[in-house]
Amino acid sequence: QVDFWRHPASPSHPADVRVPFPSLQAVKTLLESNGISYSILIQDLQKLLDEEKKAMAKSRRTERSTSTFDFASYHTIDELYDWMDVLVADHPDLVSKLQIGQSYENRSLYVLKFSTGGSNRSAVWLDTGIHSREWITQATGAWTANKIAEEYGQDPSVTAVLDHMDIFLEIIANPDGFAYTHSSNRMWRKTRSINAGSHCVGVDPNRNWDAGFGGSGSSSNPCSETYRGPYAHSEREVKAIADFILGHGNVKLVISIHSYSQMLLYPYGYKTAPAPDHQELNEVAKKAVSALAAVHGTKYTYGSIVDTIYLADGTTIDWTYDHGVKYSFTLELRDTGCYGFILPSTQIIPTATETWAALLDIMVHVLEHPY
Amino acid sequence: VMELPPSHHSATRAAALAACYLSYRRGSPGRGLALRAVRSGRRQDIDGVGQKYYLELVLEDVLDKDSTVNCTAEVLHHLGNKKIAPDVQFTIEGELKNTDEADNVFYNRIKSLEKELVAENIPDNHGNISPEMEPIRLLAWVASGYVIWQNSTENTKFQFAQIKHVKQVKRSDEYLEFDYMILLHEMVSQEIIPWQMTVLWHPQHGVQVTQESRQPKHASE
Repeated sequence: QVDFWRHPASPSHPADVRVPFPSLQAVKTLLESNGISYSILIQDLQKLLDEEKKAMAKSRRTERSTSTFDFASYHTIDELYDWMDVLVADHPDLVSKLQIGQSYENRSLYVLKFSTGGSNRSAVWLDTGIHSREWITQATGAWTANKIAEEYGQDPSVTAVLDHMDIFLEIIANPDGFAYTHSSNRMWRKTRSINAGSHCVGVDPNRNWDAGFGGSGSSSNPCSETYRGPYAHSEREVKAIADFILGHGNVKLVISIHSYSQMLLYPYGYKTAPAPDHQELNEVAKKAVSALAAVHGTKYTYGSIVDTIYLADGTTIDWTYDHGVKYSFTLELRDTGCYGFILPSTQIIPTATETWAALLDIMVHVLEHPY
Repeated sequence: VMELPPSHHSATRAAALAACYLSYRRGSPGRGLALRAVRSGRRQDIDGVGQKYYLELVLEDVLDKDSTVNCTAEVLHHLGNKKIAPDVQFTIEGELKNTDEADNVFYNRIKSLEKELVAENIPDNHGNISPEMEPIRLLAWVASGYVIWQNSTENTKFQFAQIKHVKQVKRSDEYLEFDYMILLHEMVSQEIIPWQMTVLWHPQHGVQVTQESRQPKHASE
């Protein structure tokens, strides 16, 4: 009773046969007495099978622990970067990872691209974590990336958006700052670039953009939390995004996500004059805030940056707006000050789910109002 | 008198200040009050005096977000002299929850400690607070209301951020005394400012800040 794995086909061509143990001696004798040379490919098949089974079980366990990412807790930069690769591996037809540059300390600046094809489709740009201490934002970014991947093909709105537009999501827009909040100072906001002639480190990446750069809505003091930097786009983290958006040329919506205060803001921050599109932006904001509140009752206020919080120049969305991205918004997530930057991880999922309602509402509006 | 949109920063800054003052006057280790929403705001420029704000606010209980209370407040920022704290007056509609029992439990617990209480980083960097430390945090929250009131202008919006360090100070009388090093977050400048404050408390005598001083940022940051 032998089991051919490769049947004899023609003379001078090998055949492979599996021999059960009791028949081993008899088969060997048969081959030798007939002058048929043979070699042993597998000494003990059962042993091989046992090892393979063990290896598969082990990799299933590891796969489960890396792809069963705990969105309800805060993670390190390495954990988030590792997970991004898992997300891409799990959804290879939808998600890819791009590198748009490097941080001051040479960390990779990664952007997840969600696309169902096409060529340079209209795009949505989302970023979280540009201010590193705003931990709820990176956590929300990760959850959101996963949500987009899960809902494509399931949720009609997500499917409609992705069938016509691409989504770019930079979860850790300030990796150096983020690493520093873990290693040294939980309240670090800025980049970690060295400032010539000063012992103070870092530039505020949300005052470094070339929009009203250098006004009274930012500081010229390197020790200040709102230090604008030596010149616009001096920060690699900022330049990378600006170059990407300019190079892409077809970005229609930008949402830069911060915390805290529970606000949905639109341009301008650098001047009090209303943005030309302020009426529509105000309507979009009003509707998005209402969609958000419907999830857990969380109340957001909305308005222009300059009216609602303060004069701020060199901000992300003022620059994107002035460069043709009509739908430019900043979100300030939970809370309103009870915990501030150190929001408990129990609030990650509720925050992410309500924020998602607003994000989707805005994306659908943009989809339905092409320009 | 000018009507202000409730979302406008001049209304929200005045409201935050009023809420902090109110929290200081009415708070305890069992009760922290926070600004939930601004319902309306008006501003009046009074020649030779300063800017006066008339506000309708909603406050919430830090420990129970579903528990809210309506208030009205008036905030007067004095012209020119930045050394004088703004005048704040308020009226609370209805009753605040009674916290006598929780306050007494905390008081007795601390009084019966063998060694003076010492703690750091409340909440911790992940936002966690152990139940035993919650009254310590609320006491700091309430006391910071005083500090914020004393140090606010129309161009600042302070928020309590974290206790870096707290040390109980032994006293021979019935008061509890704590020496706090806290972090305040100032929204307009985005600065995180270390602040020292010495806090006295007794269940019947409320919260007192006997000393407070702004500290320099650490050279390493």
